[in-house]
Amino acid sequence: MTTPHQVSLDDTYVISPTFLFRWEESQDAHVLLYPEGIVKLNETGGTILKYCNGESTVAEVIDELTALYDADREAIAEGVIKFLEVSHAKGWIRVKS
Amino acid sequence: MPKAGSALSLDGEGKPIWVLLELTYQCPLKCVFCSNPVDFDRYREHELSTEEWKGVIRDARKMGAMQIGFSGGEPTLRKDLEELVGEANDLGYYTNLITSGIGLTSKRLAALKEAGLKHIQLGFQSSDRDTANMLAGVESFDRKLAIAKEIKAHGFPMVLNVPITRHNIAQVPEIIDLASELGMEYLELANVQYYNWALLNREQLLPTREELEWAEAEVAKARERLGDSMTIFFVIPDYYEGRPKACMNGWGSIHLTIAPDGSALPCSQARTIDTLEFPNVREHSLEWLWRESPTFQKFRGDAWMKEPCRSCDEKEQDFGGCRCQALLLTGDAANADPACSKSPHHHLIQQAIQQSAVPEKHVGSLIARHGGHHLGRKAT
Ligand SMILES: C[S@@+](CC[C@H](N)C(=O)[O-])C[C@H]1O[C@@H](n2cnc3c(N)ncnc32)[C@H](O)[C@@H]1O
Ligand code: SF4
Ligand code: SF4
Repeated sequence: MTTPHQVSLDDTYVISPTFLFRWEESQDAHVLLYPEGIVKLNETGGTILKYCNGESTVAEVIDELTALYDADREAIAEGVIKFLEVSHAKGWIRVKS
Repeated sequence: MPKAGSALSLDGEGKPIWVLLELTYQCPLKCVFCSNPVDFDRYREHELSTEEWKGVIRDARKMGAMQIGFSGGEPTLRKDLEELVGEANDLGYYTNLITSGIGLTSKRLAALKEAGLKHIQLGFQSSDRDTANMLAGVESFDRKLAIAKEIKAHGFPMVLNVPITRHNIAQVPEIIDLASELGMEYLELANVQYYNWALLNREQLLPTREELEWAEAEVAKARERLGDSMTIFFVIPDYYEGRPKACMNGWGSIHLTIAPDGSALPCSQARTIDTLEFPNVREHSLEWLWRESPTFQKFRGDAWMKEPCRSCDEKEQDFGGCRCQALLLTGDAANADPACSKSPHHHLIQQAIQQSAVPEKHVGSLIARHGGHHLGRKAT
């Protein structure tokens, strides 16, 4: 077993090269397209992946979402990190090297 | 709280989110398992023009299609492939090329990359040259290996698709190693679906249960060893599962296939059901044929189901299986797929398993795909 991926606050993520991430009008949602597959993202998921742009650090993503949803930073941080872990495990994103 | 996005696999909200364009049925190879129609020659003179294909690509996108596959036959035989891929890419599709690799060159790969092609699925037969050439019916192994490397050199994500038969199942570990060395993102050890040429050759192709279990164990070991570097798909064929596959996620649910002559099909095998008339894009709008045509409505949902499916609590999971397999093996497309152990016809599947378990089947008795063949579905 490989050790699970640790999300660190200074890391910057990018969408993995095999995935195409974009807004899809007909689904009214962000989608991830990849060889033979489609993932429709919920609103928060789509917003987090939008910041996997190779520029924003995880800490900045948390700030952005805290402002955007006018919510408790702790709770947002927990949600963002959890989502990044899942996304990483699914191969959607990787740490920018 | 953010949750991982839900897979859009089961519900396209009534949209044909996946379109497969079968640009031509012509092909330089002669695979013994080929799922193309046995009368593929008939389509040669009726292929859609570049403009007609572009119309399909545009209309499907308007209806919400997001994934597009360019397949065949051998799609690279079409000189307008790059142009069609470019059109699809500009409209926002995720573009997939499904090819044998024969017909690709470094120059064409560069042009396809330029056109926006996102992914290439390469059909492969074996890690062993002789086996590969025998299954493909043509000397093609070396060429395919070279083109696999070339595709990777152009930076395309790749799926290596290897239909698994009793002739190559013993090579599964070597096939996995080869795919991994080539840097494949995905390896699909495809379970052969027994239609058309594959059905003609079924007795010589269907692996035994023991062989499949061995291969499955080898796949498990490889997954452990390779970790996340390559995803391996391997599914035990429905013949051995006791339950049918959720064919196409249901008839007319998310998949739309357009054959070389413009016939619209709920799945590329659907013409097996020769009592149905398949509407053509030359005569009807895509909107009409997807939503309104009697053929696309025929097995949509579950109102058409008979027992045992009608009252079965698994019908939401497998939609009663494959309509073509039901017709081919039971004579009625509305029957439960006989791969299901609840089907009163399940003994037909068991017979096929027994027959294929008889040793001494010779390679010489395999029928290579060839032109001029006009057997219908009574081929068995
Ligand atoms: C019909 S081929 C057409 C594209 C191209 N000629 C090729 O072989 O890749 C599409 C895909 O289906 C696979 N295939 C062919 N016959 C099959 C069968 N009977 N069951 C499952 N997969 C099959 C091929 O390996 C290929 O990946
Ligand atoms: S499966 Fe083989 S014969 Fe059939 S279309 Fe593909 S390459 Fe050609
Ligand atoms: S009886 Fe029909 S619906 Fe139930 S599991 Fe079998 S095929 Fe599927």
